[in-house]
Amino acid sequence: MVKQRFSGVLAWLEERTGLASAARGFLYEPIPASSGWRQVFGSVALFLFLLQAVTGMLLALNYAPTPGEAYNSLRYLVTELTGGRLLRGLHHWGASMFIVVVVLHLAQVLLWGAYKKPREATWLVGVVLLQLALAFGLTGYLLPWDNRAYWGTVVTTQIAAKAPLVGPYLLRLLGSDGSIGVVTFARFYTLHVLVLPAITTLLIGLHVYLVRRHGVAPAPEDAGRPPKPFFPEQVFKDTVAIFASFALLFTLAVAARVPLERIADPTDNTYIPRPEWYFLFLFQLLKFFEGPLEVFGSIVLPGLAMLALALAPFLDRGPAVRLGQRTVALGVVGLSALAWAGLTAAAVATTPRQPAELAVDFSQPTGWLQLAPAELAGIGYFRAENCAACHPVSGKEAGKLGPDLTRTQLRKSAAWMIAHFKNPGELVPGSQMPPIRLNDKELSALAAFLLKLSPANAEALHSAPDFAVQGAMLYQAHQCGACHRVNGVGMQLGPPLNGLSRRRTKSWVERHFREPQVMSPGTSMPAYPFTPREMDAMLAYLFSLEG
Amino acid sequence: MAAAVAIPATRYLLVPARAGRKEGWTEAGDVSQLASGSPVELVFRRNRRDGWRVISEKSTVWVVRKSENEFVAFAPQCPHLGCAFHWDEKQRHFLCPCHTSAFSLDGAVLSGPSARGLDRYPARLEQNRLLVGSEVIPGARAAW
Repeated sequence: MVKQRFSGVLAWLEERTGLASAARGFLYEPIPASSGWRQVFGSVALFLFLLQAVTGMLLALNYAPTPGEAYNSLRYLVTELTGGRLLRGLHHWGASMFIVVVVLHLAQVLLWGAYKKPREATWLVGVVLLQLALAFGLTGYLLPWDNRAYWGTVVTTQIAAKAPLVGPYLLRLLGSDGSIGVVTFARFYTLHVLVLPAITTLLIGLHVYLVRRHGVAPAPEDAGRPPKPFFPEQVFKDTVAIFASFALLFTLAVAARVPLERIADPTDNTYIPRPEWYFLFLFQLLKFFEGPLEVFGSIVLPGLAMLALALAPFLDRGPAVRLGQRTVALGVVGLSALAWAGLTAAAVATTPRQPAELAVDFSQPTGWLQLAPAELAGIGYFRAENCAACHPVSGKEAGKLGPDLTRTQLRKSAAWMIAHFKNPGELVPGSQMPPIRLNDKELSALAAFLLKLSPANAEALHSAPDFAVQGAMLYQAHQCGACHRVNGVGMQLGPPLNGLSRRRTKSWVERHFREPQVMSPGTSMPAYPFTPREMDAMLAYLFSLEG
Repeated sequence: MAAAVAIPATRYLLVPARAGRKEGWTEAGDVSQLASGSPVELVFRRNRRDGWRVISEKSTVWVVRKSENEFVAFAPQCPHLGCAFHWDEKQRHFLCPCHTSAFSLDGAVLSGPSARGLDRYPARLEQNRLLVGSEVIPGARAAW
């Protein structure tokens, strides 16, 4: 009875829409017998495009597309919303994976000569889709509005400006006539979420239609062999490939950090801009062309390469042959891959490195940046003395031995705390807390931090990076606050240290620590012969101070 | 795969933001001159988290003195559909202009469509200044 009803509904649907027969036609379409794993890339690319659309829409629900607000909303999205970091990870790594899969798809078609007559139009649409995928990457790069996004886009738009004849108009079209600001941002955002998705969706539809119209390209060994249906063998292989790519993407989104740097600062003259990894080869190529020849590296060569790619089916018109005999195709793909890898490696090798562990991660809470050096050093003593082993912080981890340190009714004076640290049993009879073996200066830093501890800022305990805590501990130990001011605390005999990164380079400050009289003759600052490790922590801390 | 995206996406859309869960007390005004039984609407500014921003906005609260040191702070929206209600001095009750819900001095529903009494903010006194919390305490269900 139920089965009869169900088939009745199906028959009704079929009569009105033809969906069932269309699905059957799609699934049982004959494909060449030799088809297999090498044909999975198109399906994987389509899947990744759809996933980018879904994660992009989800991100847009908590994103304000204007400079400044964009950065703040993205920080809110990754630091305060459950699942926000994962969704951004999926979108970020999904973009890279999409480019990789599209290039693999293209390389496969190129190697097997699957673009040959009558599939030239399918190929041409595919080449345009590759450009669109790169345009997605380029426009999306600006949207976090951090230093990386801003400076990367400055360089990109300046390259566009150098295009012969149309350069200035292109720059105006991108809204970057003058500087990068709200207009450029609006243009990039509109391209990224409205124009490119619409065009790409239409062209993917056309691409798939053309693939279906001409069928999957047969290989020479298919001659005389009967075709096989798309379902179940190829559907299974496509599904396995899609699943594997998703598993890799999900792992990346969970485990790999997606960068979010300091908010875009057009006055920052210490920032070293680099494009996304898949554009690094173009960046490196530019270095080979000097002066007026630059346009060859930025526009002419990449343009010619794209033109050659588009014309491949018209240049290579011979009959289809086995892969092993396609020496030119193999040579072109092999040399391109080598050139790409070589240029990318050279670009990476020539990029000055700042160790990741010494950089501020703005995709994490950064409340610690507002703490005074003594408070931040207090976090160091808190960690070193392992206070969290007995004390819960902010109501989490109930059931620990000591009282919750964020409960305001427990607040005592700094003097009481220091006396208690030295001899816990005296002020709190029966206390099982062991005395803390730190000197008075260190104990007062610990008290300074604990006095400021509240449920709202307790996250600083976990999020303050080691380099900053180590730097602040050194700052405290050497009494830098006796002459300098940080976050409004300290004396003003020497210059304030907030915003130091804008005024000095790291090497200048490092030398100033070692030989103050050489760098600033007449200064009252003594020399500080830090160990290399201490120097790294101190410099990283001082250069993270906002101002 | 669909679940691996749909579950985080649902949590992303439905779980409140982490910082949004914590709110503090705001001073609403001096209540030393407030007479018992005569509600007063206090206007003050308070900081509110609005997504990734903290905004300072004008807020109001209806305050009723219950005894020397005891005050009730009613949220200024009708619990029926959110219109701003006022104190009707002639009738001696709170009246909503939208659907004529009426509430007594202690916030209970007297008549009209509202299914619960007036919502309140936590309130405490500190040296004649009334401090109100940000968390809304829903009013009691109507007797009917």
